[in-house]
Amino acid sequence: MSQLKTITRRTFLVGSTAIAGGVAFGTYLTKKPHDNPLAENLKNGEASFNPWVLINEEKITLVVPHMDMGQGVASMQAALIAEELDLDFGQFEISFGVPAAAYFNTALASEAAPFLSADESIPAKTMRTLMSSVFKIMGLQVTGGSSSVPDSFFKLRMAGATARETLKKAASLKTGVAVEQLKTAGGHVILPDGNQLAYTELAKLASELKPLHNNELREPADWRLIGKPMQRLDVVEKSTGTLKYGIDLAFDEMLYAAVKTNPRKGAAMQSYDDSLAKKMRGVSHVIAVTNGVAVVADNTWRAFKAVDKVDCEWSEAPYPAEQADHWAEVVASFIPERLDKVWRDDGSITWSKDSYEIKSEYKAPYVAHQPLEPLNAIIKVTDERVDIWVAHQMPRFAQQKVASITGHEEEQIYLHNQYAGGSFGHRLEFENVLLAAEIAKQVQGKAIKLTFSREEDFAQDFTRQIGMASGLGGVDNGQVVSMDLSIATVSSSTSQGKRLGQATPGPDKQIVEGAWNLPYAIPNFRVSAYRVPELAPTSSWRSVGASTAGFFADCFLDELIHLAGADPLAERIRLCQDEVVKQVLITAGELSEWNKPLGPNQGRGIALVESFGVPVAEVVEVTQTDNGIKVDQVTVVADVGQVLDPVNFDNLVKGGVVWGLGHAMNSEITYADGKVQQRNYHQHEGMRMHQCPQIIVKGLENATKIRGIGEPPIPPAAPALANAIFAATGQRIREMPFNKHIKFV
Amino acid sequence: MEINVNGEAHEVDVEDDMPLLWVLRDELNLTGTKYGCGIAQCGACTIHMDGLAVRPCQLKASEAKGRQITTIEGLGTPDALNAVQAAWIEHQVAQCGYCQSGQIMSAASFLKFKPNPTDEEIDYAMSANLCRCGTYPRIREAVKTAAAKLRGEV
Repeated sequence: MSQLKTITRRTFLVGSTAIAGGVAFGTYLTKKPHDNPLAENLKNGEASFNPWVLINEEKITLVVPHMDMGQGVASMQAALIAEELDLDFGQFEISFGVPAAAYFNTALASEAAPFLSADESIPAKTMRTLMSSVFKIMGLQVTGGSSSVPDSFFKLRMAGATARETLKKAASLKTGVAVEQLKTAGGHVILPDGNQLAYTELAKLASELKPLHNNELREPADWRLIGKPMQRLDVVEKSTGTLKYGIDLAFDEMLYAAVKTNPRKGAAMQSYDDSLAKKMRGVSHVIAVTNGVAVVADNTWRAFKAVDKVDCEWSEAPYPAEQADHWAEVVASFIPERLDKVWRDDGSITWSKDSYEIKSEYKAPYVAHQPLEPLNAIIKVTDERVDIWVAHQMPRFAQQKVASITGHEEEQIYLHNQYAGGSFGHRLEFENVLLAAEIAKQVQGKAIKLTFSREEDFAQDFTRQIGMASGLGGVDNGQVVSMDLSIATVSSSTSQGKRLGQATPGPDKQIVEGAWNLPYAIPNFRVSAYRVPELAPTSSWRSVGASTAGFFADCFLDELIHLAGADPLAERIRLCQDEVVKQVLITAGELSEWNKPLGPNQGRGIALVESFGVPVAEVVEVTQTDNGIKVDQVTVVADVGQVLDPVNFDNLVKGGVVWGLGHAMNSEITYADGKVQQRNYHQHEGMRMHQCPQIIVKGLENATKIRGIGEPPIPPAAPALANAIFAATGQRIREMPFNKHIKFV
Repeated sequence: MEINVNGEAHEVDVEDDMPLLWVLRDELNLTGTKYGCGIAQCGACTIHMDGLAVRPCQLKASEAKGRQITTIEGLGTPDALNAVQAAWIEHQVAQCGYCQSGQIMSAASFLKFKPNPTDEEIDYAMSANLCRCGTYPRIREAVKTAAAKLRGEV
């Protein structure tokens, strides 16, 4: 690896403000394209016009490097290329490609800049450009932050256009017909006389041409695929059990591994006794690994069973052992020394005794990711190379980490990315990859499949940040006039950065995301972030900071609106200064029939949170029954600028609502004796179908920038539900999970 | 011991108490049946034993002797879909898809006993299967469509 990359990797950061040395790279490096990874292994007659398109005599392959964890991004990426390349679904194969700098994420960086998404000022634009440049120089290939769509929307259509125009040029050379007279459709170049030349026929000739760049993209009116319902490429395989996830792969002579690591996360193993385990059927190795022990056997269950029989002595946790002490540290963090940054300070916050004042406190617990496919990785180490089969959101980092363990050069590490059985941020971490590499290094020459038991996965999951908020507010003449929100959380960005080997200097925007960027013109409005010193390790949990700060901010606003005696929807609309957001609120009101009277024991609540540049309003309706609160219906309106596939959009929004509601209602992770107390789904299940409301979804396209929808539906779900429960019962719930305070059906 | 899966007899050399799930996955390479929790909480491993939905993570291999085991691979294939699978595709239920083998196997068994279920009955039956992506609204619709298909109405 070049020294430049080493230096920048240590100094960049995501989610904070500073970029040490960013400008120093100059325009040369930021303008120069990365090498095309497909060009390295090109066979005779194969044409690759850019890192995303590969055509030979037999087939067309589209490379879709963003990892598909269920969000449908494989199909989305292919559709964007196919739109301009004039391919139909069924005419191409897809490949996840190799980890490569060329697949750096152009969009994630811009949201990391400390500016409001709607801010188009020169400093905001400059910082976004600068951060994008850093991502590019580092070749930072990341799937996350709802950035796959904005990252791909322009460049993948452009990749398709480049391939198309180059193929037309090849057809022109072959037939003597001028390029202007050629058309393309259905994987063919079409001549004026109606004759057709398949792209595959033209591949050899096209491979000898210089790709034609800088083509004009098609007008939306001419789109064949974008904006229309698509059948996802993986849906048949996922409905017939034929899709192979990483955990399903098998190789000749493969062995199966299980691990048991210190449930006090990050602490060492002092000693272990493997005398029982070693004698068990099928067990070939018992190996000490970082903070624990691994068993290698000839079957997953035999490995699970044997590792369970290894007796381990664990060291103490490097964080408070008991949950109450975690909360105590959070409570103690609202002090000047821990002030991270005042992110918003409109008007002036001065409390007068004449105005109505309230103070409310909110709490958000640790929550686990726990996608249904447990963490796993297959690694095979030989002298010459290392192969890794895993689903990972940051494959280049995973390669580097494995290289550092096995001692191979990075060029000798081959990561084969896989479909993931969910992630929600879990597959941004490396524990499965690191442990599998340690095992495979000691058991060389055979593929080793490491599977985490569900209990181990829960024990080692780096959860969402824990946090609290304190709100002070005032109202006057039926209007909200003052809102002063102080938020204290641990910094998941810093915790995650530490494991990545990344310094994260500067304030952490995630502490206040979803709160500081409320699109409301409250005359006196302050949002302050306090940083709780690191407790248990935390990480990015679907929607990250906004899943906590969005809850705090919207719930407190709802309390103020109630105090003012105003209508929750009308007052939000009145306060809203952004036309795009205002339309989201108005549409949510219309679609949910906000003003239609409800029955007895029913209530309706609204929340609006903007995250990842997407304003989302949700209206929740609940009924108080003899068996508890029943969530009847949720109406969701979001503006992403352009809906690429209405079916997938609908599915992702509904899933986001289920995720947001389910965890807010039912789930938390707590520590006792330094260990996570919840070790399987019966103790942390999110939502099951019997609690799932009817969900009505509407996507708006008024915003000027295109955005992703994987995460933005989550943050408004919890506050909308809390606000609805208040409307139905008069009870304000200010702590997640809500089932600590109220019963659900 | 001999185990009959998807109409084929397989001789496997495993302990009596190895959960059937791991016989299917690691010994027979039938990976459509998923490991999710190992304690019958998530339903990702749901299969049919003599036509009934069961959780092979909680079934010993020896308990499968003399029974007819059907996995998702035996329910239907991409070229010959079962009606439930066809409904799942029609409604584009899957996101990550990892739970869907189990969801489909649960639904297929449920619809044999309740060919015309109410919404509550669907919710009650399908609540045994966890979906972390939150595809429940589509599962509901797909179960209804599958029921109609199985009744010969569509």
